[in-house]
Amino acid sequence: MSFLTIEHAVKQFGGLRAVDDVSFSLQRGEIVGLLGPNGSGKTTLINLISGALPASAGTITLNGQQLTGLRRDKIARCGVARTFQLVRILPSLTLIENVMIPAVFGHKAHWGAAADRVAKDALAMVGLSERATMSAGDLTYIDQKRLELARALAAEPELLLLDEWLAGLNPTELEEGIKLISELRDSGLTILMVEHIIDAVRALCPRVVVMNSGKLIADEQTDKALTDPAVVTAYLGEDVDA
Amino acid sequence: MTKLIIPLVALVALAFAPNFVSAYGLGLLIGAATYVTLASAWALFSGHTHYVSLATVAFYGTGAYCMAVLNEALPYWAVLLCAGGIGATMAALVGLSTLRLQGVYFVIFSFGLAELVRQLITWYEVNVTGTLGRYIFLDITARDIYWQMLALGAATIALTAWIHRSRLGMALRVIGDDEAVAAHSGINLARVKLIAFVLSAVILTLAGAITSPRYVYVEPAIVFNPTVSFLTVIMALLGGANRLWGPALGAVPLFLVFEWLSANFPDSYPIFMGLLFIGVVFLLPDGILAGIEKLRARRKVQS
Repeated sequence: MSFLTIEHAVKQFGGLRAVDDVSFSLQRGEIVGLLGPNGSGKTTLINLISGALPASAGTITLNGQQLTGLRRDKIARCGVARTFQLVRILPSLTLIENVMIPAVFGHKAHWGAAADRVAKDALAMVGLSERATMSAGDLTYIDQKRLELARALAAEPELLLLDEWLAGLNPTELEEGIKLISELRDSGLTILMVEHIIDAVRALCPRVVVMNSGKLIADEQTDKALTDPAVVTAYLGEDVDA
Repeated sequence: MTKLIIPLVALVALAFAPNFVSAYGLGLLIGAATYVTLASAWALFSGHTHYVSLATVAFYGTGAYCMAVLNEALPYWAVLLCAGGIGATMAALVGLSTLRLQGVYFVIFSFGLAELVRQLITWYEVNVTGTLGRYIFLDITARDIYWQMLALGAATIALTAWIHRSRLGMALRVIGDDEAVAAHSGINLARVKLIAFVLSAVILTLAGAITSPRYVYVEPAIVFNPTVSFLTVIMALLGGANRLWGPALGAVPLFLVFEWLSANFPDSYPIFMGLLFIGVVFLLPDGILAGIEKLRARRKVQS
């Protein structure tokens, strides 16, 4: 049985169908790239899974538990963690406090020493241990991204949703970022990642799903998808006869 | 340990203070204790969440009215119990419907709530009971009122200290920073905000009930005076609304200043009040305590 199942998911904004009858599923431990040109509905789909937006129709289930219709905090407590396309940290809290939040309020509900340990482990994973007591508002952009990932990890999630987590990094940082995600993959975490950086997708995801104008246009092996005429057309437009 | 001993010693000293002051001095002590309680209770909800509430006087006035209406029918302790219950119910109903409002909408709403309660009670008194004002004659001394208010204030600060260390306090801080992150981290926004709002409201209502015998004569225009709400906010902000001792630290000096101003410049003192508001917001937006910390940090860097 598949781990995450999305069946006929629809999100309607007035006259616009941002997500239009999308269905696919992930196996436990799988890492899948979610591709598509700007405005194709990728982030909206992430928002449907994490409960930031209610679905207009369709069902999403995680490990047999229906997520559609649940509040954001309940979905988080089902084991879904996410990062945001525009990085969101808690600026008035220290790094360790930032990371401790989902450890305390997430599905494992740690407190005291246990929460502290989970938070420290998560910070160590992204290489921010030494700055644990700094205020999060003072971090640089890349470190804020790291912090956000650490926060998602401290939830000890079953499913991790990454929304362009690698965007905006320089080549060295990108390499580090890819290595970090591959470690998470190797630890058995199930990951659905929205990503525009094709090298990263090739390196990390054996399989991709591709969206265009809200519809799912491909769900196949990464190499195949990237040469699929439908996918190429979606990104580059139709051939125009001169 | 010293963190606990100093406040306890101070509390005992304050409890004996009425033995050494005049009747006027005792009045000042009651006023200061009342505003410490109001500002601390206000900060219990608004300090971390940044939901600026101007509804303080809605609960404070309701407490006073509970005492005015019920004091002849029920024993004193039962009136306090009723006041707490009514404050909690009111806060729960209001909170459920409005805590999803954010920023300036919540501020305006909370201000409107205070006016609404005042107008409702006025309408009821004029049209149903036929008397606008009520008298509170209770066999209670100024000392009793002071001790009760002191106990309520101490309980409020103790409760705040406990909340700061609890999951509830942690959740409130996250909500103040970013509600979306809070929700996606597993925090039940509605429940956390409602619990804090109700706790705060119960204390505000009790403060109104306890202090009401001092008024002797009560009518809506007196006990629902919006100045109480504004003063409470500015006191908490002056001291530092997200610190344990911040509201108390802001309440005592500001209360004394306003007492002095209103005694010496009865006509022009609102002008000073306005200036003080502006000064606090401009010069100490995070409060005295945060200001001192910043100064210390700067000195450290220099040396």
